[in-house]
Amino acid sequence: MPTPIQLELSRRKLLVSSAATVAVAGAAKDVRAADIRGKALQNTTAVALEVNGETQHLVLDNRTTLLDALREHLHLTGTKKGCDHGQCGACTVIVDGRRINSCLSLAVMHEGSKIQTIEGLGQPGNLHPMQAAFVKHDGFQCGYCTPGQICSSVAVLEEIKANIPSHVTANLTEQAAITSAEIRERMSGNICRCGAYSNIIDAIIEIAGVPA
Amino acid sequence: MQFDTPATSNPIDQLKVVGKPIHRIDGELKTTGRAMYAYEWYDPAVRYAYGYPVGAAIAKGHVIFIDSAAAKTAPGVLGVVTTLDVGDLEKGKLNTAKLFGGSEIQHYHQAIAVVVAETFEQACAAAALIKVEYAAEKGAFDLRAEMTHARTPDPSTEPDSSAGDFQAAFDTAAVTLDAEYSTPDQSHSMMEPHASIAAWDGDKVTVWTSSQMIDWWRTDLATTLGIDKEHVHLMSPFIGGGFGGKLFLRADAVLAALAAKAIGRPVKVALPRPMIPNNTTHRPATIQRIRIGAEHDGKITAIAHESWSGDLPGGGPETAVMQTRLLYAGENRMTAMKLATLDLPEGNAMRAPGEAPGLMALEIAIDEMSEKLGIDPIEFRIKNDTQVDPENPERPFSHRDLVGCLTLGAEKFGWAERARPGARRQGNWLVGIGVAAAFRNNLVMPSGARVKLDRDGVVTVETDMTDIGTGSYTIIAQTAAEMMGVGMDKVAVQLGDSRFPVSAGSGGQFGANSATSGVYAACVKLREAVSSKLGFNSADVVFENGDVRSGNRIVPLAEAAGEDGLVGEDTMEWGDLTKTHQQSTFGAHFVEVGVDIATGETRIRRMLAVCAAGRILNPITARSQVIGAMTMGAGGALSEELAVDTRHGFFVNHDLAGYEVPVHADIPHQEVIFMDETDPYSSPMKAKGVGELGLCGVSAAIANAIYNATGVRVRHYPITLDKLIGDLPDVA
Amino acid sequence: MKAFSYERASTVEGAAKAAAQTPNAKFIAGGTNLLDLMKLEIETPSHLIDVNGLGLDTIEKTAEGGIRIGALVRNTDLAADNSVRRDYGLLSRALVAGASGQLRNRATTAGNLLQRTRCPYFYDSNQPCNKRQPGTGCSAIGGVTRQLGVVGVSDACIATHPSDMAVAMRALDAVIETIKPDGAKRAIPIADFHRLPGDTPHIETALDHGELITSVVLPAPIGGKHIYRKTRDRASYAFALVSVAAVIQADGRGKVAVGGVAPKPWRAEAAEDELRKGAHALASALLADARPTQQNDFKISLTERTLSAVLAEARG
Repeated sequence: MPTPIQLELSRRKLLVSSAATVAVAGAAKDVRAADIRGKALQNTTAVALEVNGETQHLVLDNRTTLLDALREHLHLTGTKKGCDHGQCGACTVIVDGRRINSCLSLAVMHEGSKIQTIEGLGQPGNLHPMQAAFVKHDGFQCGYCTPGQICSSVAVLEEIKANIPSHVTANLTEQAAITSAEIRERMSGNICRCGAYSNIIDAIIEIAGVPA
Repeated sequence: MQFDTPATSNPIDQLKVVGKPIHRIDGELKTTGRAMYAYEWYDPAVRYAYGYPVGAAIAKGHVIFIDSAAAKTAPGVLGVVTTLDVGDLEKGKLNTAKLFGGSEIQHYHQAIAVVVAETFEQACAAAALIKVEYAAEKGAFDLRAEMTHARTPDPSTEPDSSAGDFQAAFDTAAVTLDAEYSTPDQSHSMMEPHASIAAWDGDKVTVWTSSQMIDWWRTDLATTLGIDKEHVHLMSPFIGGGFGGKLFLRADAVLAALAAKAIGRPVKVALPRPMIPNNTTHRPATIQRIRIGAEHDGKITAIAHESWSGDLPGGGPETAVMQTRLLYAGENRMTAMKLATLDLPEGNAMRAPGEAPGLMALEIAIDEMSEKLGIDPIEFRIKNDTQVDPENPERPFSHRDLVGCLTLGAEKFGWAERARPGARRQGNWLVGIGVAAAFRNNLVMPSGARVKLDRDGVVTVETDMTDIGTGSYTIIAQTAAEMMGVGMDKVAVQLGDSRFPVSAGSGGQFGANSATSGVYAACVKLREAVSSKLGFNSADVVFENGDVRSGNRIVPLAEAAGEDGLVGEDTMEWGDLTKTHQQSTFGAHFVEVGVDIATGETRIRRMLAVCAAGRILNPITARSQVIGAMTMGAGGALSEELAVDTRHGFFVNHDLAGYEVPVHADIPHQEVIFMDETDPYSSPMKAKGVGELGLCGVSAAIANAIYNATGVRVRHYPITLDKLIGDLPDVA
Repeated sequence: MKAFSYERASTVEGAAKAAAQTPNAKFIAGGTNLLDLMKLEIETPSHLIDVNGLGLDTIEKTAEGGIRIGALVRNTDLAADNSVRRDYGLLSRALVAGASGQLRNRATTAGNLLQRTRCPYFYDSNQPCNKRQPGTGCSAIGGVTRQLGVVGVSDACIATHPSDMAVAMRALDAVIETIKPDGAKRAIPIADFHRLPGDTPHIETALDHGELITSVVLPAPIGGKHIYRKTRDRASYAFALVSVAAVIQADGRGKVAVGGVAPKPWRAEAAEDELRKGAHALASALLADARPTQQNDFKISLTERTLSAVLAEARG
């Protein structure tokens, strides 16, 4: 049943989808002295990102990370800032089919990139199978690392299928297998301080469709 | 409602909803990224400004001068608020270290300024332009060096206890152990950084924050800001983990409020991760001495536990000896705590304060003692079980099934196959198993709730209780559904808002039992209101299937509510059952480890916890609490340590790369078994806490497993490979 | 983070030239280390040249039978490459022992070589650090040093190089190919690429200003058993306390480099003569000049023990 929190959310969703163009508020558009090549050096850059299937045109302070572009400019706050230094994985999103830490990437480096965030995977009432498996197996507690865990999970299964090896892959010249050990190792860039790891692995194994 | 006699039969006992494995009702919001945490509140009509904090570069001394001229003129900057600008602020009652204001520096990374700008990037860059002149002073930073200066802390902490004549009994005991243990400073390291948004409307402030205890924060924020508590509206509906680190008001809320006031716009402030370990609180390090004397048959005749810890002036000890007063029998006993003054960041509660580090030591000592006696460590524990408070034998435990936990766990885990230390080898791995008892007191806190019934038959619970990942939303909904006889789909739960009745909050594993009891009390009131409105005799009224029934009259709840609806509100308060009866939770942890024979790396292979904690309100969320705690205990055993620079007085590894909490690869599949029990002395819910029990003892079980695997006894946590390799077999 | 201007380079020559002509410019590729350091203002470039559009992302055979790895080949792709898995398993193993899946998807071959130390005192700008601010002193010495270097260190700096990949490349005798702003190209053996701190710990590599790494060349495969063994506290997503990269031949000879102990991937070719005498002899030769601290002297025995595990695995 809808709680006031959810009502608040549907309002936010409307907002996000209507925000096709968002200019950066108060960003310094100062142009520094041209360099010796005569090229103007600007601290802002226009960038177009395809986020969850929609193209977003932004003019951003060059310093803006992909994470902050999502959270503070597009108000897609499902992607979390846990450490802002690549040490926790809460900011994991899938860019051009690969998971990355959005905190350690500048938004302006992603011109034309296809970015999938937790909001794009599934929505309340229309969960992605991995999201549903996390609910079923209680693969989270506080929920803050959860979007990153889920984005990572989806990408990890693809990485194994694509035969990318991991630290625990026994034989480098054979196809990597989907096992608990492989998934644990590959998920290790997503820290969960609540300690839901055991349940997260159960959720992923279920989606992978292999016995644990 | 006053709970002063043991619970008898009540509607909760129907167990139609309570006790069922119901998935979290906030699960869809959390797994889709729609649950909004403090920093994420967003209203398109508002232009939020960004505040970036500046932390002190020294551990102790004074700020002489802050040059913020360059910061103020940096692009996008809207204002700078410094600790000197605001002068001395009254400290919140529950804070030991002051959070902001005045020139005194009490610890490293204490907040000394906040720079506010139009964007996060601008605020962050401008914050780096702040220049500070300090007058540094010498501080005390090394617990071991300060041990001799440590003093007996405030009597309210019950620093000393004794019964019988410990010394005499120890001196004459047939077998004795006298050993020293240590536990390091630990960091909560919850995933969501401390964060707040503050918005003023005249002299009233609204703060979205990340708080475990709404009313404590509201009170202390009002004190610090020097305003009426009624003028503070605090909201914290989702919290990205706390573990005790968000029990007390923190600097982000103060900085956001002061900055928002200064610039006249709402301001968002999050603590940068590298600032968190030194700016906020931590679990203090301990040095512990344990002495045990026993007869040859394994009966403990003397037991003593002493602990040294440090804190800032005005702080308290880490109460690491407390469980030793209650866990094992023994006629002659003593405990003592000593507190040193340390100028490190504030030491305070972290998940299972006291018991967690105390059992890290005690349960190694018990393992050592059982080996000295030549008795199986489970048998030794069972032999020294007690059903009464050993210091006050007239005071029984309300319910205690430590023995059941140990014996069931031993059977399920395959304890009988345990080999002698260092004897089991698989390839390059030395393999061993270990056990430890789990013990954590069951605390209760007054807890209020308001329950509304509307004309659609929907029951809405409002309480300032928080859900820090514990499952509060879900178990509160279950409680209301059970009490009002409706399905889960007819219950809405609103938490974490200071406009709602004051609850227990989340801490000390008192949250679930206390808060659901508060909801129980409010539901009793609502049931009375329904009965009264319908003219039913409340004694024989039945609430079920969305109807209320008395005799042969059946009325749908929606109809009973009428157009205006009905409300029940109450607070559960506690009589002296916790005094007449010792209320505690119990468990047993079993762990199997492999230790690499060459490198000394320890990897956990199996974990089992058996818990006796009263009625389990929801086996899914309760199990998650326990496995999460086991995971934290794995970190405590193997890797977690805030490394102190004892020259300069700060935690050096102050980020998530340096402070290593467990990752997926560190944690095997975990098993949890709950004993099927109720404790009518605890509450009408007959439940007890479980969230901290899961952490208690698990690190020692790992330590004991490492000993069983290697034959190397390490008494100083974390048990890293450097403490093992010197004693491992030669592999060259 | 200090403000900076940003450009996307489209040619290798243009990128190098832009770097030379723009004061305080830096290249950015994966950004996984540079951005981390920029956020803390340990790195403060005023201009970033995004080199991600330069190509340089292929792995090709060389005329000599080895491989040429483009500077922008991501760590994930390098580890997953079939020829690397088959012929340079050591490198693949080292790569997947490092960082996390997310980081490896962004991190590049060149960037990995250029990683800066993880010394906590380097990372805390309140603390003096000769590497971060030359001449201010080393606050790590006498402080918390468990993770820090035991060999090749100096009175000015005891930081370690954090890379796993570079340790494997050192054992594989990689050569780093670069282009300078004037268009000149050169090839730098990895042994000469990373510098020891001496009195100038802030100078970490042999690269000149504006010089851009274009590729890394590995010589023809040498067979043997390829082993990368990383010893650490956590089971994953942690820096090495000690790591050993080894190629061991059937006759017991081989090449061995050690990570986690020194300011650069640590190898002493002369010490490899001791290889057939066993781990103790090899470790003693490798770490002959070690000067550990009280907190990290365990790395001496840990190196020996890790080496012995590696040699046992090679025999097994």
